[in-house]
Amino acid sequence: MDNLLSVLSREEKIAFTLRSLYCKYGYSQYKMSKFEEYDLYVKNKDFLVSENIITFTDTDGKLMALKPDVTLSIIKNSKDLEGKVMKVYYNENVYRVSKGTASFKEIMQAGLECLGEVDDDIITESLYLAAKSLDVISSENALEISNLDIVSGVINAFNLQSSAQNDILEFLGDKNVQGITAVCSREDLSDSQTEVLQKLATVYGAPSKVLNNLKAFSINKETELAVNRFISIINNLIKMGVEDKIFIDFSVVSDMKYYNGIAFKGFVEGIPVSVISGGQYDKLMNKMGKKSKAVGFAVYLDEISKLSNTYKGEE
Amino acid sequence: MKKMLNVALPKGRLGEKVYDMFEKAGFECPSIKEVNRKLIFENEEKGIRYFWVKPSDVAIYVERGAADIGVAGKDILLEYKPDVYELLDLKMGKCNMAVAAKKGFVDDRNKTLTVATKFINIAKKHYASIGRDIDIIHLNGSIELAPILGLSDVIVDIVETGSTLKENNLEVVEKFVDISARLIANKSSFKFKCEEIEEIRSKLSKQI
Repeated sequence: MDNLLSVLSREEKIAFTLRSLYCKYGYSQYKMSKFEEYDLYVKNKDFLVSENIITFTDTDGKLMALKPDVTLSIIKNSKDLEGKVMKVYYNENVYRVSKGTASFKEIMQAGLECLGEVDDDIITESLYLAAKSLDVISSENALEISNLDIVSGVINAFNLQSSAQNDILEFLGDKNVQGITAVCSREDLSDSQTEVLQKLATVYGAPSKVLNNLKAFSINKETELAVNRFISIINNLIKMGVEDKIFIDFSVVSDMKYYNGIAFKGFVEGIPVSVISGGQYDKLMNKMGKKSKAVGFAVYLDEISKLSNTYKGEE
Repeated sequence: MKKMLNVALPKGRLGEKVYDMFEKAGFECPSIKEVNRKLIFENEEKGIRYFWVKPSDVAIYVERGAADIGVAGKDILLEYKPDVYELLDLKMGKCNMAVAAKKGFVDDRNKTLTVATKFINIAKKHYASIGRDIDIIHLNGSIELAPILGLSDVIVDIVETGSTLKENNLEVVEKFVDISARLIANKSSFKFKCEEIEEIRSKLSKQI
């Protein structure tokens, strides 16, 4: 057995370690076909990382696509189960255009999804598993967590035009405080309103530093509820022992058409881009005609291969 | 051992001014002023390493993590949309992204407008926002020649003083974005070298 392990590449080792981690927490493997009807992706084009899709005509004349994404297929094939949660993980190849070469690439992606009656415990568990997944990849890691309900709640509270809202979201994603300030003065917001929006970009860091400052975003009933829920989720994560790996950071902004609530990104030292990306996507479920809620994340195994050869993760 | 912070500076006058700001902030690296062909300069004690790169490449070095932070023009950030944090407006190298044409040019909305530019994405976005149908001609330099020779109706380019335009009988039709140098950071580096990067940001912001 030892011999067998020694021939595995780092990505393979990581893929198997993740698999055993997810199995331990009761997730079952989700296997799917390589192809999906093209229609599914056209309807949800913005959800995909890259718009380009490899298509071909099946023998019966149907236009088919090589999967550019796994989540949409899982949602499509899921059923609304009352009072239950479907917990699955996957390890699949997807086909996307890579930014550098502008040509199609096969990318190995792992991930997990929970669909159904998703409550705060399930959300906490998926955050915990994301943190643990990072540990598998490298000991030097950080999971940054945002809450889109707080972000959109705060931005909606000031009756801004949608173009101004989009500008603020973009600047927030860039951590561009001066940009946010400029939009606020363009839109004639008061000093206190400007300050709250600036805080979205300036309040970030370890929970011990940030948790007490979150009350600044409780500006109405809606955001107060979101803040309290967020604090309790973070506190539960701390109790589970991952405090030193998690960071609160509202600059993690995902497309609000699909995502809501918790959103997160995972980084490991030595890889310039995020290796984990995930969050709640109740709105996408809704768009696809499902009543259930959902949370999940993807691990970009192709990025991990760029890590230098000193493997420091958990064996 | 202290982690080294990699800084990509844009080659040229602007980059030298930016380095002076870093020096004033306490991140000096005397060897950078020596005249030689070295590409990388480091001050181990201060934990900082500088390198000069082509200004339009700074964002790539930072996005790909070869540099943790860098200084890039807003024009480059708007054109290439690199996935980086934009931490500070250094208010240096100020200029405008503008539309320019031959003096007295009137836009005939009955026909497609031809636009010559280095900044394809910025030009596309600008004309899409006002609903104008355009044809783009991508040039890499001497953009001002295009309207003079009839290659294009207008150009979209950076305008600082406008003297090149004036000397060639061209004029600014409209300025539509303010451009200046920005401190940018790699998103992953920002997590693991947060303290160092924040220190630089706050010390630089005090000099603006």
